Amino acid sequence: MEPLTWTGSVAFLNPLLLLALAVMAASIIVWILASIVLPEPQMTVNADGTLSSSSGLRNMIQLVMRLSFLASIALVVAYILAGVALGSGAGIIGAMAQQFLPVWLSLVILFAMSIAFKRKLGLYGKLFDSPIGMIGFGLVMFWVFTGIFGAMDLIITHDPLDQISGMKNKVPGTPLPGSEEGAYSWYLLGGDNLARDVFSRMVKGAWIVVQIAPLATMFAFMVGITLGLPAGYYGGRLDTLLSFLANLILAFPVILLFYLLVTPEIVATGVPNYMAAVLFIFPIIFLCVLLNSRFYTRPSFRTPLLIGVLGVAAWLYLSLISTDGYVISTDSYSIWGLPTYLDLFDIPGGILVVFVSVVFVNSPTVFRIVRGLALDIKTRDYVAAAQTRGEGPWYIMLWEILPNARGPLIVDFCLRIGYTTILLGTLGFFGLGLPPESPDWGSTINEGRKLLSIYLHPALPPALALLSLVLGLNLLADGLREESLKD
Amino acid sequence: MGLFILRRVGIMLVTALCLTFLVFFLTNLYPNLEKLAKTQGNFRMSDEQVESFLEKGGYLQPVPVKYGEWLGVLPSYRHVNEDGSVQGRCILPGQSGDEAPNYCGILQGYWGYSTVFKDEVSTVVGNRLALTGRLMFWVMLLMVPSALILGVLAGMKEGSATDRTLSTFAITTTATPEYVSGVIFIAIFTSSAVGLKWFKGTATQAMENPTFENFFLPVLTIALYGMGYIARMTRASMTEVMTAQYIRTARLKGVSFPNIVMKHALRNALIAPFTVIMLQFPWLLNGVVIVETLFNYKGFGWALVQAAGNNDIQLLLAISVVSVFVVLVTQLISDIGYVYLNPRIRIS
Repeated sequence: MEPLTWTGSVAFLNPLLLLALAVMAASIIVWILASIVLPEPQMTVNADGTLSSSSGLRNMIQLVMRLSFLASIALVVAYILAGVALGSGAGIIGAMAQQFLPVWLSLVILFAMSIAFKRKLGLYGKLFDSPIGMIGFGLVMFWVFTGIFGAMDLIITHDPLDQISGMKNKVPGTPLPGSEEGAYSWYLLGGDNLARDVFSRMVKGAWIVVQIAPLATMFAFMVGITLGLPAGYYGGRLDTLLSFLANLILAFPVILLFYLLVTPEIVATGVPNYMAAVLFIFPIIFLCVLLNSRFYTRPSFRTPLLIGVLGVAAWLYLSLISTDGYVISTDSYSIWGLPTYLDLFDIPGGILVVFVSVVFVNSPTVFRIVRGLALDIKTRDYVAAAQTRGEGPWYIMLWEILPNARGPLIVDFCLRIGYTTILLGTLGFFGLGLPPESPDWGSTINEGRKLLSIYLHPALPPALALLSLVLGLNLLADGLREESLKD
Repeated sequence: MGLFILRRVGIMLVTALCLTFLVFFLTNLYPNLEKLAKTQGNFRMSDEQVESFLEKGGYLQPVPVKYGEWLGVLPSYRHVNEDGSVQGRCILPGQSGDEAPNYCGILQGYWGYSTVFKDEVSTVVGNRLALTGRLMFWVMLLMVPSALILGVLAGMKEGSATDRTLSTFAITTTATPEYVSGVIFIAIFTSSAVGLKWFKGTATQAMENPTFENFFLPVLTIALYGMGYIARMTRASMTEVMTAQYIRTARLKGVSFPNIVMKHALRNALIAPFTVIMLQFPWLLNGVVIVETLFNYKGFGWALVQAAGNNDIQLLLAISVVSVFVVLVTQLISDIGYVYLNPRIRIS
């Protein structure tokens, strides 16, 4: 087997792409300079009542910029299509594009459906009016699909833990020595320090982030909302106490907290299990109060509904916090939990402590945001109207205040998933929590950085992957903010 | 104003007490003490040896008692060895039990003895803080002016070409955590694989002799992550000011655009970023830990990693006191500064 080059037989596209990118960069710089130097375009009103602006130098620069941008996009798409068609014939990029085929298909279907029905999809549909939001959403969904398909073993070329002798620190595109029939015959992005495939590890790392980050953020939001709404609505002593506690956690440097909480010694004492038991109860409280306040007036419907929902939630809660029949199991004592035959799933101690500490770090900030919004919204007329109607406080909080605070909360949710991703990377970077051979991006960056001055390829792919995911989430949040302000 | 500051200082002290107790509690859990004993003695200690080591050091007392000793409100623990010599927290090596004071805690100005660095905690923290202070000084010098310029330029004309380009840049920097940008910078500018070799990949030499070559990358890495956020806040504040009535009046009067920005808008637009910059300090602390580990610069953040990794209780406590102090003092300054800068609050 020949070693692969980056672009293989489609190398003729490289100069074209370079040219397009260079023109785009140049036109952006000229555009900025022109917007400072040149006068603004004159708007003239035509006789038929339409407006037309004088097509001067400015518009020409703008046209060049748009065209070069479209050309670069078209070229990138061409690379991907050629890759899908030719596979490793189109070099490393082509082979990777082919491996990502399920992701491309899902993205195309998702975007086609969303754009077709965008007028019926509310805020989500409006996202497809803003180019920034679309780019962000595309980046995020790329990694989400990569994570899901990666977990189904569709994208990866090798097992992320397999070490193949002779592949230590090999550059991207190196063929495997004496590869058997059926096995993939290259390390697309090279081998790392322990001769594992960098590409497959990067893809597997996406799954860890996609699993933990949104869920942890959601839990943090549940905790923050459940505590922040009453703090803002009632005020007084409750507010003072909760705000003090929130500030207490916020005054702690995050890394110090991680170093204190996420260690094997602390896991052995069972502290994370206690924290999990406390933190995970908030979603149940939230759900109960939400439904109870809504259907309070219809007891015949509310009671069975609550019993059903509570039963399922409690079952999930108990199976979440109990492992092997115990809630807490240390050397000296243990507390009984759900018996093993009822336990739906087990979470390994390492993941649980990471999850709990990320929720713990995020919830005070969410609390402060929700409290601020509640303080603002409770002075509105519709809240006064609900109070006059005789609605209960929790109904007002959850069904009057919360829906009206949704705009900023959705935007913050996106940003916070990005921040959680960064925190997960930080944990991996310091080797905390997750097992050392785990393919998550932070650990991979940490391993790769030790040989960075000689071998770039083990550290850069996970770094760029993390960067693009967080950037996507930030752009998505920006697009959402812009679109939600338009209402 | 005096009452306000007094109240804030009171809250600060309560917060610091709560947080140090929390750190104390977590570091004094038995598995952590066992780890401490094994790193101090040797890793093949039996359970009884661990027990007797901890007994001698006074680690097996109840947590509140130990915390009181650390604070200096309870007399410190002493252990009489079999040969009749006395050892204890207050008794430094080479001192006999009679000379040593009974109380030694932070109230007496004694911060303890670091088990990792084999030195007094106050000296360790002092040295490391000085190194990190130098790093932070350059970070601030690079970050604050460039963030403000970026934000003001972007916010001058909302939606303009400059605004969009600079905002995209700002979003990109906030999306790039230090361990990603640091790795990318090291890869591009220092590695032999790319071949530029403009800078040094480690900042170890910068501790004695900081030069542009070995100090610029760590400074840039920290500054870049914080810069985007400050720039976005400045932009938001600037766009708000630029749509205000008095700016429109000035424009209608025929004041030139540069004059409007420099004389009318800028002063009011910079009130909000001041608060943001002050509140940015705790975040910079995170960046400092990552960058000092990445570039092997042995400052405060590096000491934190060492102390936490080896469960050096006294050093960890001192570090958390310092960092909590930094966070709370910057909050206080930002509140007071906001009142002084904003004439609407100051006068009413």
